[in-house]
Amino acid sequence: MSSELIFGLYIFVLATFVGYQVISRVPPLLHTPLMSGTNAISGISLVGSLVAAGAEHNRVSTILGFIAVTAATINVVGGFMITDRMLRMFRRRGPASREGASGEKSS
Amino acid sequence: MTPLLSLAYLVSSILFILCLRGLSSPESARRGIVMGEVGMFIAVVATLLHKEIISYTWIIAGVCLGSAIGTAISLRIPMTKMPERIALSHCFGGLATALVGVSEYTHYEGHVSRLTTGALGFETFFGFLTFTGSIMAFGKLQGLITGAPVTYKGQNFVNIALFLGSLGMLAYQVIVPAQPNLFYATSGIGFALGVMAVLPIGGADMPVVISLLNSYAGLAASATGFAIGSNILIISGALDGSSGLLLSILMSKAMNRSFANVLFGAFGTAIEPSATPAGGAVAFNEATIDDAAGVLRAAQNVIVVPGYGMAVSQAQHAVRDLAASLQKRGVDVKYAIHPVAGRMPGHMNVLLAEANVPYDELYDLDNINDDFPRTDAVIVVGANDVVNPAAKKDPGSPIYGMPVFNVEQSRSVIVLKRSMNPGFSGVENELFFLPNTMMVLGDAKKTLLGFIAALKDGH
Repeated sequence: MSSELIFGLYIFVLATFVGYQVISRVPPLLHTPLMSGTNAISGISLVGSLVAAGAEHNRVSTILGFIAVTAATINVVGGFMITDRMLRMFRRRGPASREGASGEKSS
Repeated sequence: MTPLLSLAYLVSSILFILCLRGLSSPESARRGIVMGEVGMFIAVVATLLHKEIISYTWIIAGVCLGSAIGTAISLRIPMTKMPERIALSHCFGGLATALVGVSEYTHYEGHVSRLTTGALGFETFFGFLTFTGSIMAFGKLQGLITGAPVTYKGQNFVNIALFLGSLGMLAYQVIVPAQPNLFYATSGIGFALGVMAVLPIGGADMPVVISLLNSYAGLAASATGFAIGSNILIISGALDGSSGLLLSILMSKAMNRSFANVLFGAFGTAIEPSATPAGGAVAFNEATIDDAAGVLRAAQNVIVVPGYGMAVSQAQHAVRDLAASLQKRGVDVKYAIHPVAGRMPGHMNVLLAEANVPYDELYDLDNINDDFPRTDAVIVVGANDVVNPAAKKDPGSPIYGMPVFNVEQSRSVIVLKRSMNPGFSGVENELFFLPNTMMVLGDAKKTLLGFIAALKDGH
């Protein structure tokens, strides 16, 4: 086994562990934003597609890279935007709400 | 890889973890997302300065096109369509990783190391599996493909055999690298398996499937990291993978079913409907809007239980307006949110947040189940399985053991439902026939608006 693989496995296992710990603290309230947020983050595969699209290895490689860049960018840009759009909607009860809540109750 | 690039990736990875940590509370969540965005920006800019990149034409074209599509989808899509949008994004994620895998493979041609072959094979297999699986999930959610399980004899055997077969083919390529035919065959099986594996899964099980596809997309991204020696991809993939895994475990637990049962259990639910007695044998209380509004007028406290039906009839704003007019009368209103209500984790929370319901009025299963006996009226808006008492009493029921809301313990239950047909899960719900249950049939949104009007007239 190459040291490269072992090193990669170290990182993978530790990152999985950190991910599990951090994510288990996310309340069910935010599970949908969590999903779209991690989706945006996994759009980091954009980094791999950038190299594939720009390295000019061969024609096939470039075209596949282009499609991959497009798909990954959709996830990165769209993922962060929609997550933020969702999170903006979550608000607490109370007078602090500014977002045009009509008919505020006084309980 | 230059030290500067590695350093930039390290900073990005830390920011990604902080981004997820921000999501542990709604107050810090938006700050977290900003950190994630900064992390992504750093990683992309650093990569663009990478010396392997010669031409920027296709990169700029792809980034522009992708940004335009991504922005358009995010701004336009209604919140009720969030499960579809999540399924689509898994589909793009899977496609991107799979194509990077194929692209890398074509350029290595003959000379690939064992590690790279294995990682690339894994990456394309899971990438294509996620891609087609998510398209299927999207089709089912959107109603393009029947939401009912599609089954045939020996289906599980075929799927498991294909899965194990491709793992075997991957392993063989690690031992004897440089076999393009085998590589492409494995990718092809991944492509086909995505379709075949999601076909037998019913619409109500979508929360688990979507979470699982999330996890696969993460695994594929991680494998890309192994293939191209990029730590940031390994880390981000692992974060995504563990998030998907954790959510699928939570969802399965909330249905009291094992993974295996969700993935391979379709044959059980397909037989079930015939076992229920023919309709009409048991009487139910069909109530008019005014009858139900009368109950609400007398109530001191009300709990709303939303389900997928609320999303279908886009009734979240009407729900909030009803709650507001009840609260104006001094009634205490709470919302009971089941983990698997809707078609994805957290579906109901997002819809109610969109309708401006403060999140401190939303309660989890454990925090509200003891309140039902002290509650005057429960309004069930398009929920079914999550309020079915059979889950507690009837060991023969397919949903037996699933944690459900004890709505039947409250003084009266008002169920808003389109018709008396059982859903495609085919499970009969005894709650609908209890003496303290009132069935108000019809479109949930119209019924709720009717309640609001009736409450206004009444005082």
